[in-house]
Amino acid sequence: MRYHPLTDSDRAAMLAAVGVADVDELFADTSAAPASGFALPPGKSELEVERHLSRLAARNLPAGQVPFFIGAGAYRHHVPASVDHLIQRSEFLTSYTPYQPEISQGTLQYLFEFQTQVAALAAMEVANASMYDGSTGCAEAMLMAHRITKRRKALLSGGLHPHYAEVARTVARLAEDEVVSLAPDIVAQEDIVSRVDDSISCVIVQTPDFFGNLRDLRAVAETCHRHGALLVAVFTEAVSLGLVTPPGEMGADIVVGEGQSIGNALSFGGPYVGLFATRREFVRQMPGRLCGETVDADGRRGFVLTLSTREQHIRRDKATSNICTNSGLCALAFNIHMTLLGEAGLRRLARRNHANAVALRNMLREIPGVEPLNRSFFNEFTLRVKGDAAELVERLAARGVLAGAPVSRLIPNAGLDDLLLVASTEINTDEDRAALVAELKGAL
Amino acid sequence: MLDQPKTAPATFTGNRALEMEEPLLFEIGRPETSGVDVEEPEPFEDCLGGLERQRPIGLPGLSEPETLRHYVRLSRMNYSIDAGMYPLGSCTMKHNPRLNEKMARLAGFADIHPLQPQSTVQGALEAMEQLTHWLLTLTNMEALALSPKAGAHGEICGLMAIKSAIAARGETATRKIVLVPQSAHGTNPASAALLGFEVRSVPAGDDGIVHAEDVASAVGPDVAAIMLTNPNTCGLFERDIGRIAKLVREAGGYFYCDGANLNAIAGLARPGDFGVDAMHINLHKTFSTPHGGGGPGAGPVALSARLAPFAPAPVLIRKGEKLELNEDVEYGQGFGRIAAFHGQMGMFVRALAYMLSHGGDGLAQASRDAVLSANYVRAKLRGLMSAPYGDRICMHEVLFDDAWLSGSGVTTLDFAKAMIDEGYHPMTIYFPLVAHGAMLIEPTESESKASLDLFIATLRRLGEKALSGESELFHAAPRYAPRRRLDETLAARKPVLRWEGGAT
Repeated sequence: MRYHPLTDSDRAAMLAAVGVADVDELFADTSAAPASGFALPPGKSELEVERHLSRLAARNLPAGQVPFFIGAGAYRHHVPASVDHLIQRSEFLTSYTPYQPEISQGTLQYLFEFQTQVAALAAMEVANASMYDGSTGCAEAMLMAHRITKRRKALLSGGLHPHYAEVARTVARLAEDEVVSLAPDIVAQEDIVSRVDDSISCVIVQTPDFFGNLRDLRAVAETCHRHGALLVAVFTEAVSLGLVTPPGEMGADIVVGEGQSIGNALSFGGPYVGLFATRREFVRQMPGRLCGETVDADGRRGFVLTLSTREQHIRRDKATSNICTNSGLCALAFNIHMTLLGEAGLRRLARRNHANAVALRNMLREIPGVEPLNRSFFNEFTLRVKGDAAELVERLAARGVLAGAPVSRLIPNAGLDDLLLVASTEINTDEDRAALVAELKGAL
Repeated sequence: MLDQPKTAPATFTGNRALEMEEPLLFEIGRPETSGVDVEEPEPFEDCLGGLERQRPIGLPGLSEPETLRHYVRLSRMNYSIDAGMYPLGSCTMKHNPRLNEKMARLAGFADIHPLQPQSTVQGALEAMEQLTHWLLTLTNMEALALSPKAGAHGEICGLMAIKSAIAARGETATRKIVLVPQSAHGTNPASAALLGFEVRSVPAGDDGIVHAEDVASAVGPDVAAIMLTNPNTCGLFERDIGRIAKLVREAGGYFYCDGANLNAIAGLARPGDFGVDAMHINLHKTFSTPHGGGGPGAGPVALSARLAPFAPAPVLIRKGEKLELNEDVEYGQGFGRIAAFHGQMGMFVRALAYMLSHGGDGLAQASRDAVLSANYVRAKLRGLMSAPYGDRICMHEVLFDDAWLSGSGVTTLDFAKAMIDEGYHPMTIYFPLVAHGAMLIEPTESESKASLDLFIATLRRLGEKALSGESELFHAAPRYAPRRRLDETLAARKPVLRWEGGAT
């Protein structure tokens, strides 16, 4: 086996040093297990594994090969080549959690930079060093609001990504907390404000929301605060924060989101990276890992994992979360891509996304049988189409266009079969838009 | 070699030859600089509903060459498995084959959207099916939940399945206790508490393992589950596991096995045969998906026949030639959804590449080599370092304590920091908590005999120096790392969690 350095003579010498005749003697305690064989194939050479997995990969249709308009929580953007090059450097890729800070300053410094970038984007005071993804981060935000307010009932906007809402509902149900979910809110007309009372721990609102609408959170923030509740603001498209008013400026107490769209591939849904920011006063209630600045014995600046008294390895069943690992490498990809973009680049990228989406919306609304529903949006919007959107998407896929996400795939059995989410980023060309319009016209 | 000055002479800049000091990007970047060319769009009528950002963000940028230099310099302040041995017990850092990286980056895996029509991702679903087959064969369990994003997330998932099964039996109000050994990973009690369970500690015997008799006196109609790590965090195999499983199951509870240490027995023993009901599998530990300074992980959960109906959404189903991912949370008795989309596909491909490369026999060999290496380290350090449970055969990691250092003035922390100066990443220290001043060494199957011999010789040399009263060397360590000992108390007392140098 090419990955195993020990030779048979090494093994013999080592067994002699240990004082056993056979390696099986080391497994004597495990004999409780029946020694039944494992019906697994023999190992393959590198070439054989490449062939096997390449054949599987070839059965999928990559987004880059076709006009592509799917979003709904994961977005395809151009990632500069240097991002992937840098994250594959051995010292990043093959290092572990920075438990020994003196020889992990590379990891710790990028986590500190990542925290600063996330806090700046969200216009919040502090951010943690990454969560698994946006959906689990959202559930963690709910639990954090429960810890802070000592209340256990969350109110979920109908514009929240359905998977995020489902994760929150699952966690709440099994943690014996309560969740009130508002009905799907396609055009951002729901009345959250009147539903907030003194029993609510937090309101969770997404902007841009699942249907693409931008939300002004100021009124709901004010209402939450009047009732002693927290406002949790969610986003699934981090690029939007280059163009729109950040949640922190609108009164959010916790901001969580998906960081995939900066630096990270689509990867069929994971691994992604959760972004999590809040106000300084709540920092000790924050889940997950934190990196902090300090000095070394010579007085030089350095970084360490800190405030670990909140964490599972010290607090065990009293910990603020059970999070141990995080998405360090995905956070690094985010950090590098954001560094390459810078403020000016991010703003241009965000405007380019919005411009492309507006152009597409303007073309689509001319098609009979297609009705754009949004009054505002960033790079994704909802269409009402004639007939069943899921079937339409299948028909277009067969013709080489990945047209968008049918709402019914995420919200089944709700009578929303004629709704289609369409996302447009900087990757879409005039030809892509023309292809979508032509195929839609042909299919409807 | 150790008889050098206590600190290297300072340079004028703080740089040391190839090791360069690197400022924060906020100190060298400028808001107008960008390393990405994005065209400004032509003027157009926006649809932002009056919510355009009004204030600066505060994000400096770097050009592409500056970016490369910044991160390359940062990378050089990191230790990595490619640079040297990483004997981090219970965390496991082994060789990360680059083939895995190459496969995960195939456009057919990396560049597909989780919500593409399922007809366009049949190869991805087949990869998930193959991974499932491998993991169920290795564990002899019934069903696999793929969506957990990390081992600790898998713990939550497994406990949710248990809680759902208890609810289906109408025993939610009565079964509130989860038994967790003192030596367990901290994530175990944290996960149980998060779901509203009451955590009750189970002692380990003087031999470092949990005894069936102690479990017998703790189980009852109020126990929902026991969470056992096997091999345990002391590096020992829980010999009573079969009896413990039987006791818990007969009392109506479920047996959760923390699969963090599956890499000791993969291909050799099957958890399902011991009576395990749920077990998460840390793909990064056993199947070498890279960790990148702390994740991403992946923690699929294997479930027994008793718990299989309670797997969360989505569920992978084969219908003849076609594979289907059922995303409906109302499907069957599943307890809902624990993350958006379908799991860590990028990690699935890496783990599958690793499994295919090894084959069943290769995985068994990896387990044997990992266990042999740990026992070799144990045997070769015999007479120097002390072990809390005596000089017993261990599994893939070997646990020492600090009794042997008593009176030397050198602590476990000092000893670990001195290892850094000798070119090694220290072992896991102060874990498990049951051993005083614990040092947990996991060499893995990735080390050659020559590498192990050098490591052992280094530890022996350091040990002899410590015992000969040269404690000052240890207190001053590390002297040659990018940083000397960092003030963690200051970091916690006055938290600085972001760069505050500019306007925010």
